[in-house]
Amino acid sequence: MGLEKILGLKQSEITKAWFDQVVKTYHGDSSHFLLDVKDPFSNPVGATTFKALGEVFEALISGKTRSEIIPLLDPPIRIRAVQEFSPSQAVSFVFFLKNVVRHCLEKEIKNTEISEKELSNFDDKVDGLSLIAFDIYMGCREQIFKFRAEHVKSRTLKLLEKADILCEVPEVGTEIIPHNVYKNGGFENT
Amino acid sequence: MDIKPEEMIKINTKPPAKHWMDIPADLSEGKFCYPAKAKSLEYLHLPNPRDWSPADEDWKLPENWQQIIHEGFKERLDKYRSLKVFMDVCVRCGACADKCHFYIGSGDPKNMPVLRAELLRSIYRNDFTTLGKIFGRLAGARKLTPLVIKEWFSYFYQCTECRRCSVFCPYGIDTAEITMMARELLNLIGVNIHWIKDPVSNCSRTGNHLGIQPQNFKEIIEFFCEDIEEITGVAINPSFNRKGAEVLFVTPSGDAFADPGTYTFMGYLMLFEHIGLDYTLSTYASEGGNFGLFTSSDMMKKLNAKMYHEAKRLGVKYIIGGECGHMWRVINQYMDTMNGPADFLDVPKSPITGTVFENAASTKMIHIAEFTADLIKHNKLKLDPKRNDHLKVTWHDSCNTARAMGLLDEPRHVLNAVCNNVFEMPPSTTREYTFCCGSGSGTNTEEIMEQRLRGGLPRANAVKYVHDKYGVNMLGCVCAIDRAVLPPLMNYWVPGVEVTGLHELVGNALVMDGEIERTMNLRMEDLPGAEGDSDE
Ligand code: SF4
Ligand code: SF4
Repeated sequence: MGLEKILGLKQSEITKAWFDQVVKTYHGDSSHFLLDVKDPFSNPVGATTFKALGEVFEALISGKTRSEIIPLLDPPIRIRAVQEFSPSQAVSFVFFLKNVVRHCLEKEIKNTEISEKELSNFDDKVDGLSLIAFDIYMGCREQIFKFRAEHVKSRTLKLLEKADILCEVPEVGTEIIPHNVYKNGGFENT
Repeated sequence: MDIKPEEMIKINTKPPAKHWMDIPADLSEGKFCYPAKAKSLEYLHLPNPRDWSPADEDWKLPENWQQIIHEGFKERLDKYRSLKVFMDVCVRCGACADKCHFYIGSGDPKNMPVLRAELLRSIYRNDFTTLGKIFGRLAGARKLTPLVIKEWFSYFYQCTECRRCSVFCPYGIDTAEITMMARELLNLIGVNIHWIKDPVSNCSRTGNHLGIQPQNFKEIIEFFCEDIEEITGVAINPSFNRKGAEVLFVTPSGDAFADPGTYTFMGYLMLFEHIGLDYTLSTYASEGGNFGLFTSSDMMKKLNAKMYHEAKRLGVKYIIGGECGHMWRVINQYMDTMNGPADFLDVPKSPITGTVFENAASTKMIHIAEFTADLIKHNKLKLDPKRNDHLKVTWHDSCNTARAMGLLDEPRHVLNAVCNNVFEMPPSTTREYTFCCGSGSGTNTEEIMEQRLRGGLPRANAVKYVHDKYGVNMLGCVCAIDRAVLPPLMNYWVPGVEVTGLHELVGNALVMDGEIERTMNLRMEDLPGAEGDSDE
């Protein structure tokens, strides 16, 4: 049996083990809470992460593309991007998958049911996944920086405009001074 | 701690398993609200004005800061019986532990309400109980050190005073009140945040949080009237500071300057015009919000009094308040004992329906959602909800209106009359159980955007559910802070969902006397099918 097939059979076991590892990146006192994913509304972090890991893993072994994987991997990264993780900690959980798979497939690896080559191919996939994770993470962070900047701008700009202290460039044809009056430095007629 | 590259992907259980008392708060840049400027504190005559940063090692506390805290604590224990009870009765059953949106979103145990309260309680035990004095840490007590002050600053500003936890506590312990006390104590030694202190000082000076001058406030409203005329063909001339009007209308200043609150303001103006209400706006009491609530009871009292002074000066009969959250917490929970009862005003009575609002018999102030719901119930408004048919709306109960005044059904009554497509979020996330926007109680500042986004996750997660399931594209609310903070929250977690106030929807559905055929909504966006939709 090939690696892909074995991974398919052990999908739920692997997802569960992967999720357990991810939960360990949170404070120990919260693991009990995060692991209980029955109600997604009372535990959105745990439930969202658990669901995403399952979907991402399935996508990975069924050979899905980057653009198909992005929406699946986005939710947990989006969450970790606003939690108190460093950038590396926020995405590192992707790499956990390598060890998780080796651990869950210990017997098969020992029996050489799975070749080194197959394992290293799988590792490549995980590496690729981590790069996707990095892109998603940066996208989230950029969005947050943008919110920050807009926050300040919208607070002041709107007010200045409304109080007629600032005004936007008028549409061509509606200006009091024609927009092209200074085209040649204002000396067109001389 | 330095590590080798190969150790980078080892699970880094953080923070190391230590007792919570031994884990200092992280106050690196980006993890805290900026402190109040010395200037604001001086203006408000508040203690210890200075320039400092929470990232600094030395916070420049007054020399006798421990004594100040101890005495301030004692004074409050004597003054508020509830505080003493809250300090004593918690049995650490844990029912509240996983109910706080900040805990849910962060997984940080110090955001469990029970532990948040312990931050203060541990000092209470040390200073005021025999057991704590003798057994110290064994009895859950600890000494007051500068690290404790830093921890308080961090975690009591990671509480939005939303009171969700109190709904689940069998003893009714209200962690929001504990947070309020902790913030008061911090204020005594000059530890406070600019996002609260600036609005408070502005409000005491110009009458609103933003410091909009009276003439500009008036201009902004007139600007709304121009837009309304363009959209509806109806000219509106609201009065300002008019003596003898029947009603004084006060709304948060956020409605005057920040979208989408501005559209809600337009909705108020249209409604009042339509029913011919005899009302006036004030350029002096131009703020319904009260950031004093997030500071100290004295400050809250001062800012609240301003509205009532103005009502008295103008000789109105009663006050209608706009769509605000925390203003109503102040009115319903504190106003009466603080500045009330407002004997010089009448019990609010709708001039249109004759309904007497006995619930406001003492405060003489009603929420516009109650007022409008009553109009609709008596069939006094001509409404065309079809104009909102392109919207699929879900309803966010704002913490303060929902949990502090029980305003749950009135906004829904209005909403269902003006919109045909309304979808509720799961019951464990609405009404009394509603999740906070994550940015309440004066924490809606941009430097802590991550905190706000993770605190708002439980709310957004429930919106995402109705967005995915029913195609919900609009989130309605009756709170100005919500209108300011929910748009980025939606943008981050549930793109495709916009935010609206209740009266924007009312304004859009309202069929005004003498109006032209509507082709635009209040945002000046084309109404879908406006031209072709003349089949009725
Ligand atoms: S629910 Fe009430 S009694 Fe139980 S731990 Fe929380 S505050 Fe204490
Ligand atoms: S009042 Fe709200 S923010 Fe504060 S601890 Fe309770 S649930 Fe959390």
